[in-house]
Amino acid sequence: MLTNADFLALAGKQGDFTARIRLRPRYIDTDSCTACGLCTQYCPRHHVDPYNEGLALTRPIHIDYAQAVPATYYIDPESCLYLQHDTCQICVPVCQSHAINFNQQPEELDLKVGAVILTPGFGRISGKTLAKFGYEAHPDVVTSIEFERMTSASGPFQGEVKCFSDGRHPHRLAFIQCVGSRDLGCDNGYCSSVCCMYAIKEALVVKEHDPDVEITIYYMDIRTQGKDFDKARERAEAMGIKFVRAKVAGVTPWKNRLQLTYSTLDGRHEFEPVDMVVLSVGLESPRDAAGIADITGIELNRYDFAKSDTLSPLTTRRAGVIVAGAFQGPKDIPESVTQASAAAGIAAGLLKKQRGQGIVHKSYPREKDIGDEVRIGVFTCHCGINISSVVDVHAVDDSVEDMEGVVYHTDSLYSCSQDAIETLKQTIIEHNLNRVVIAACSPRTHEPLFQETLKDAGLNPCLVEMVNIRNQCSWVHAAEPEAATDKSKDLVRMAVAKVRGMQPLPEQTVPVMPKALIVGGGIAGMTAALTLAGQGFDSVILEQGATLGGHLGLLNHTLSGSETAKYLKHLVAQVKKDGKIEVLTSARLVQIAGFIGNFASVVATGTGEAAKEHTVDHGVIILATGGHEHRPDGYLLDKSNKVVTQLELEKRLAGKARNRAPGSVVMIQCAGSRGDDLNYCSKVCCNHAVKNALQIKEINPDAQVIVLYRDMRTYGFAEDAYREARLKGVVFIPYDLDHKPEVYEKGRSLHVKFFDSILREETDLTPDLVALSVGIVPDGTDGLSKLLKAPLTDDRFFLEAHVKLRPVELPVDGMYVCGLAHTPKPVDETIAQAQAAAAKAAIPLVKGSVSVDPIVSHVDQDTCIGCGLCASLCPFAAIEMVKVGKKRKAHTIAASCKACGICSSHCPTFAISMGGFTNEQITAQIEAFGEVSEKETTEVS
Amino acid sequence: MGKGMEHRAGSVMVLGGGIAGLQAALDLTELGYYVYLVEKSAVVGGVMAQLDKTFPTNDCSL
Repeated sequence: MLTNADFLALAGKQGDFTARIRLRPRYIDTDSCTACGLCTQYCPRHHVDPYNEGLALTRPIHIDYAQAVPATYYIDPESCLYLQHDTCQICVPVCQSHAINFNQQPEELDLKVGAVILTPGFGRISGKTLAKFGYEAHPDVVTSIEFERMTSASGPFQGEVKCFSDGRHPHRLAFIQCVGSRDLGCDNGYCSSVCCMYAIKEALVVKEHDPDVEITIYYMDIRTQGKDFDKARERAEAMGIKFVRAKVAGVTPWKNRLQLTYSTLDGRHEFEPVDMVVLSVGLESPRDAAGIADITGIELNRYDFAKSDTLSPLTTRRAGVIVAGAFQGPKDIPESVTQASAAAGIAAGLLKKQRGQGIVHKSYPREKDIGDEVRIGVFTCHCGINISSVVDVHAVDDSVEDMEGVVYHTDSLYSCSQDAIETLKQTIIEHNLNRVVIAACSPRTHEPLFQETLKDAGLNPCLVEMVNIRNQCSWVHAAEPEAATDKSKDLVRMAVAKVRGMQPLPEQTVPVMPKALIVGGGIAGMTAALTLAGQGFDSVILEQGATLGGHLGLLNHTLSGSETAKYLKHLVAQVKKDGKIEVLTSARLVQIAGFIGNFASVVATGTGEAAKEHTVDHGVIILATGGHEHRPDGYLLDKSNKVVTQLELEKRLAGKARNRAPGSVVMIQCAGSRGDDLNYCSKVCCNHAVKNALQIKEINPDAQVIVLYRDMRTYGFAEDAYREARLKGVVFIPYDLDHKPEVYEKGRSLHVKFFDSILREETDLTPDLVALSVGIVPDGTDGLSKLLKAPLTDDRFFLEAHVKLRPVELPVDGMYVCGLAHTPKPVDETIAQAQAAAAKAAIPLVKGSVSVDPIVSHVDQDTCIGCGLCASLCPFAAIEMVKVGKKRKAHTIAASCKACGICSSHCPTFAISMGGFTNEQITAQIEAFGEVSEKETTEVS
Repeated sequence: MGKGMEHRAGSVMVLGGGIAGLQAALDLTELGYYVYLVEKSAVVGGVMAQLDKTFPTNDCSL
């Protein structure tokens, strides 16, 4: 990790690049700094804190935030007295570890790398654009990022939202959308794709804090097109947040408040007094975009983002240089994470031959025998002030003093900081500890770190027990510090009791079958298979249809003009000739057994006499089952030959018929979507409508095209096409749910009746053709979900393991999802997601083995009576009945066991125990809880 | 000429230590490659580290 680093030059070619990097000095030796913070306390100079968006002051010598990585302070040379004026140097003697070094000089390095991934993120909207909305001129106009710091509990105001002008709490709050986006005035014609979401999030956060705040979001279109994003908007509306479709003209001071001037769709001008204005600022291209392009030789688009092709979204003009994240185009966190994984997969494919050569495997000392004597260490954490502002941490630490087995105890400011971890390791070795209790935060986030530390200290990782005195004490009992302290003591005492009985549990690994099963042979499935093949792994594609290709074949071109049919043909040919990919057509998955690394699936192919079943052994499974067009009722679809879907229209437009682009066309967006038959937005239909409208205008410039929409969701660079369509005369008229367009037949003519919200009147048209934007439904997810025990969302799409951070993994290990089976999305996003799914799926295949969580059930064969109750109850088929001698006994398949404990709690003879949670341990824990209660009772009586 | 570094076969440079760069770096190491993560500021994490919560679940973003 090279921080404070500038990228200077890139020479060579794919597989053999030399990158020149300049490291700017931190003036602090990273190895010596313990992040104690003393230097910041003594530094006399103020420094505007960029991490808090300038809303707070820090010192030139500082760390951005407590959890920062690397956990080392640094000196900002711009404001340091010594570096600017050759004076001061107070910090040097203050630092106990002699980490401050003003002699550090910039250093240049040449890195030899095989590939380069560019993820420089995005830049900020210029002050000039913000000034149009009164920013700088009035203190109560803030940007959304400043507002983010204001609402943050760890921010400069501890989450309290106040007006900067006079410190009052704002009663009326306005969000202005599209600041620096969809605005040719600042040359940002694109939509930034994230602002609608964060505005809703920030509004919800404020509303939760103070339900009386009146919040209005002024918008052009609400673009919550992502998976389940519309639901958040509905939640916001239900909580009383107002959405007003309007263009804000300006923000001016009015008495001691602000006044918003805006014009609505029907041309009215309105004024609204508000206390505070939040500008939903867009994402600009990174400030050094031109420099990066110069150095790497990649092309930029007209907005200075990396130029990319729809069908190969992450590669650039220079081979071996890959882009991902917001630099590729404005996007949210899940999209960035997906692209990042995809980019990693692509780079891995390019450097397949060198895999594993440069990495160093971490080695651990041999596990010590823990002997019979129990030697417990208890470590209580302040978590800065997160715990210690409520809980008396010293009292909790003192309370363990005389407990049986406790030989060492202490407290620390941040138990998880790099230096504290090193101290923990040394303490374990020095005091020969063999059980550890950490009273701190959530084991969900931090247990792996402490387990790792135990391993480093030569202990079995299962010998640590965490007590969550942050969430369970200081957070939930913030108003009752004494009770919170008592509860912390109780919890720590119980953990000590439990840890006494803890025994080392063996870590198990199981080998991985290096092959993937890919369900679905469309663009997603084929891309995933080719990405895996590029890394040297075999896969089997199951396609339910007779041929590969899926639904992409129904498209003619993409909005940006890429020819899909040609690409698809090329892709199918590549898949067919790749020796690492086996294709089974007319095939379906009928059964799957096993676990990550070792799945055995039964696949049925053919029908009638040709029908046969065979078993495929594979280590991972990728679901790329796709989706199909929804056909809604109520719009005369399939009843009138003048009503078609956008797909059907596209096909017609690509044909040769003379009247293929009729003189008048009405398009209806969200037909059957967003609360109609389907409860979600399908993300692609707005682009599809714009694409077809442009095509109609191309063929027949005189054609009248009217698009009836709710929100035009031409996010990202597709906004350019939307603008082009308007310039070419396509008419866009919004409708709301109370005035849904109606399609009916009268005699031989087809009518569309709708409320024209611009002219404010009922309108009845008789177009030549009605095109419906109908949305996408997933294919066969219900059946697969049951087969795989993988959950679905309410809308029948596969639910990912974590919506932000693990967007292509399913909650079940070894299963991945991409394409329409995850949620509706356009081709470029499907391709990137398929590459990401393949990259993630390749991880266990590369490793060759997976380790099984040591906490599994264990059957004591002597006590087991072989009743089989456990095997029948296990939801994961992880218990099998085996013959031991002449008797039937239960046996756990460790790799399948999820440690749910159902078997153990139902066993009539208590023969099953859970590793780390034995009956004895739990009983000891409960008894420990009673100990003091009894004492207290005695004291009272 | 800059100071040379030991040549590690199969290494990749990731420019930018925001959420995308971090994820790419983590995946690459898991896939068996050595990564140089090059970040212009003094800490990694990018803009996501400044966020309070994330949409739509309002999870903590740090």
